[in-house]
Amino acid sequence: MAIDKQTVNRVAFLSRLKIDPDKITATEDEFNKILNWVEQLNEVDTENVEPLAAVNETALVCRDDTVTEGNQADKILANAPMAEYGYFVVPKVVE
Amino acid sequence: MSKLNTLTVHETLDGLNKKEFSAVELAEEYIKEAEAARRLNAYVLETPEAALSKAAESDQRYASGNPRPLEGIPLGIKDLFCTEGIRTTACSHILDGFIPPYESTVTARLFEAGASCLGKLNMDEFAMGGSNETSYYGPVVNPWKAEKNLVPGGSSGGSAAAVAANICAAATGTDTGGSIRQPAAFCGVSGIKPTYGRCSRYGIMAFASSLDQAGPIAKDVRDCALLLNVMAGYDAKDSTSVKMDVPDFTKVLGQSVKGLKVGVPAEYRPAGLNAEIAAYWDKGIEMLKNAGAEIVDISLPHTKYALAVYYIIAPAEASSNLARYDGLRYGLRVPGEHLDDMYVNTRTAGFGTEVKRRVMIGTYVLSAGYYDAYYLKAQKVRRLIRDDFMRAFERCDVILTPTAPSAAFAVGDKSMTDDPINMWLNDVFTVSVNLAGLPAMSLPIGLSGDGLPLGLQVIGRAFDEETVFKTAAVIEKEAKFERLK
Amino acid sequence: MLIEGKENKWEIVCGLEIHCQIISKSKIFSGASTEFGADANQNVSLVDAGMPGMLPVLNRYCVHQAVKTGLGLRAQINNYSEFSRKNYFYADMPTGYQITQFEYPIVGEGVVTIDLEDGSTKDIRIERMHIEQDAGKSIHDIDPHKTFIDLNRAGVGLMEIVTKPDFGSPEEAGAFLKKLRSILRYLGTCDGNMDEGSMRCDVNVSVRPAGSGELRTRCEMKNVNSVKFVMQAIEVEARRHVEVYENGGTVEQETRRFDPVTGLTQSMRKKEFAHDYRYFPEPDLPPLVLTDAYIRQVADELPELPDAKKARFVEELGLTKYDATVICENKEVADFFEKAAAGHDAKKVANWLMGDFFAMLKRKNLTIEQSPVSAENLGRLVELIETNVISGKIAKDVFEMMSESGEAPEKIVEEKGLKQVTDTGAIEAIVDQVIAGNPDKVNAYKGGKTGLMGWFVGQVIKESRGKANPQVVNQLLAAKLA
Repeated sequence: MAIDKQTVNRVAFLSRLKIDPDKITATEDEFNKILNWVEQLNEVDTENVEPLAAVNETALVCRDDTVTEGNQADKILANAPMAEYGYFVVPKVVE
Repeated sequence: MSKLNTLTVHETLDGLNKKEFSAVELAEEYIKEAEAARRLNAYVLETPEAALSKAAESDQRYASGNPRPLEGIPLGIKDLFCTEGIRTTACSHILDGFIPPYESTVTARLFEAGASCLGKLNMDEFAMGGSNETSYYGPVVNPWKAEKNLVPGGSSGGSAAAVAANICAAATGTDTGGSIRQPAAFCGVSGIKPTYGRCSRYGIMAFASSLDQAGPIAKDVRDCALLLNVMAGYDAKDSTSVKMDVPDFTKVLGQSVKGLKVGVPAEYRPAGLNAEIAAYWDKGIEMLKNAGAEIVDISLPHTKYALAVYYIIAPAEASSNLARYDGLRYGLRVPGEHLDDMYVNTRTAGFGTEVKRRVMIGTYVLSAGYYDAYYLKAQKVRRLIRDDFMRAFERCDVILTPTAPSAAFAVGDKSMTDDPINMWLNDVFTVSVNLAGLPAMSLPIGLSGDGLPLGLQVIGRAFDEETVFKTAAVIEKEAKFERLK
Repeated sequence: MLIEGKENKWEIVCGLEIHCQIISKSKIFSGASTEFGADANQNVSLVDAGMPGMLPVLNRYCVHQAVKTGLGLRAQINNYSEFSRKNYFYADMPTGYQITQFEYPIVGEGVVTIDLEDGSTKDIRIERMHIEQDAGKSIHDIDPHKTFIDLNRAGVGLMEIVTKPDFGSPEEAGAFLKKLRSILRYLGTCDGNMDEGSMRCDVNVSVRPAGSGELRTRCEMKNVNSVKFVMQAIEVEARRHVEVYENGGTVEQETRRFDPVTGLTQSMRKKEFAHDYRYFPEPDLPPLVLTDAYIRQVADELPELPDAKKARFVEELGLTKYDATVICENKEVADFFEKAAAGHDAKKVANWLMGDFFAMLKRKNLTIEQSPVSAENLGRLVELIETNVISGKIAKDVFEMMSESGEAPEKIVEEKGLKQVTDTGAIEAIVDQVIAGNPDKVNAYKGGKTGLMGWFVGQVIKESRGKANPQVVNQLLAAKLA
């Protein structure tokens, strides 16, 4: 599956990254090279093989419904590049 | 007496217990040595005051006779571990100035056991790299043949270099595809990636959540065991950590490997394997055989696909894990007119080339229309790789392989920097272990003709770090590898 | 419901997706409080803020609530479910992904029976229900150039209920939402307040020529926040589709916004690239495995739900279907009713409840929990009528006094001397007096104007100041005027 400029741009958009216009071709080439390389997996017969998402087949352990954290807006906002009145602040969101 | 900073952790604990030197003296020695070795660029942040005040506390504990297991041991901490009140950046520009208001579970356990923090260690940005060259803070110089400017390996390059250069007693590392073992091999030190779920991932910046594990990098096998004793254990804050007792890993050190079945996988000896490495591997096999172990030829038939699987799964998870770095709540913000502009500007400026490459590949393999062909396919082959190991472990107790296909290479090596796949091939012997979630240790076996350290890897069954330690200790004893002092 | 077009008759095909906030003390994946109304960013954990290295840990009670809800929807509870990440960037989604369930939801197919105006019922099929985390809030109106982010809501547990496209009219959708809200409140798993956003509805609408059975392009309207608006949105959107088709156009699959002010739907401006959520299994959370024993245990704790209660009220207490439906919609009302009706004539209690009692609450703007008239006192008031201690008419006055003072009806009746007179002798005297005083009316009655009987009865009761038993009055009058 070769990818084209449009796909590179779309992937960059979904990743919220900008690729310099003069680097798009290089990125496209690199992507194709990498994808070509990983496509060696097509040699492997995976019919009837279940995907493996987690190596430890342990069941989920849950926590109790208790409030253990809170009233720490200072801590939450301490590293914020911009905060006002206890809120994080960002440029206007446009829909 | 040798210089304090060249002692192993167990030697240091001996000395401290016998009051041959104080924890403050020890810390001062390390601080001085770290300053002197700044050319290596192993530390991205030194915290001498914290180390000294902790050392004073340790001396009191020794004086009052209640030292803890790692009392007074000065550690270097990989910059991927969040340390409360101490800048943590994953060596990425995007986390400029980030000071976590919390402590990772693993570092908390170490510090509660009496260890102190000398500073934060350099690494590949977000642990993505095999040479420490993707760090925003620049490459680390391997202390072996330092004049040649060789890489220390990666991603825990700063950790391995600092331990080798004796500018910390031991260090924390993380390993997603070989990031503890490969730099340990390049720098002539020992490191273990424990079984997935053995150590808590809480407070460690995530790269690929289903693969990441923390582990120690140290001067010898015993030190690794001492550190892992403290680092390991179930943590309710990490749902993937496993409720299982942690044995005292030092207990098995020195035990006989008589009758132990050591598997040697055919697939790890491809046609072009470096002859020196092949020879050392044979030497390691011989050592175990001489110690009474039984050598078993095994096959891990899907080995050749492990890298491709890894470079789909790890970037996929990373693309999602790194979405939180958006300039909104912490770290770098590059303004933009609207929110999306701010996201794009921040992430474009904040991430380095390798991180961007992997984020985009990960995004692509998860996107509509490609998920089945790439991500799902990779997960299926991942199961086959894991099943290979399970089958092999029906015939053997432990597996011995080389750690890396080469010795350390030069910083800026064109064949690596120009072709990401070449760089990725450094992980060829290590990634399968992460995909299967198994414990594996690298320890130095000897020097190449160029005088550079080479490592062997011991792989164990899930949650059987003990057999890994036992086997590694036997090889270590025979190899008589000489650390830098 | 059919929409009459120019040439064709059209059917509405509508499905709903409802996000319901789970009632729990702490968030679904963190230990921060879910309490509403705290200062900005105070109910936020490090996990909710998407701090580096933070990991989700599932809240056991949220799972319990989801299983309970699934059982209330008469749905399959899945022994195995998985969490997935839904990836998208948004200011109030701190990690850049939402932890949700995708391929393997906790609850599978179910059914909700809705009650329609004409007394009939219809089964609406549930496609699935999964659990996930809520987002924070973006506040756009504080500053013209900035958006403010509050993460207090980020991480609150949600249940997303997805129906099959079974709604053929706005009324059915409205009835469903009311029924769903009722079930959730009975279960105590969601407070169901749409105006406060604890229940939010996405509406999918398409139309097709009546009887054709085909499936045409649907449009989605997100976050419609009242039952009334959901109904309006369905109707107006369906009519828009009919108009497009009848003018030879095609409907584009898109997300639209329902504007409650204009009552119209409008297209949301399309982005250059649409979303691509890139779902994949959440690597931070192993699969959720529920044993049959656990599911049975939750089932055993289930309260009686509105449909069962309704059936019981009809069968055992003799209520009409309509009365039972009204009373059972709200659990507090149903509980109040049951308490009031215990040992008394349930039908009469129901009449009082739905008549004077509801009117009183409405007039005083009170909830049933705040009612000055207790369930026991309402029951005893009916009892007093039943045993002929007071007349129905007097009872209304007694009820008014009860709703002012909160006192027991017996006490009011006693103190005010309102007991009904059933002593024939005393009533006979009044009857005689009335007959003697109105010879012309007596003659008219005897001449065939039997309709005057009512007038005579009224006069006698009036003379007795309401205390004469109407039955006795009737009997005596009939005898004396014969």
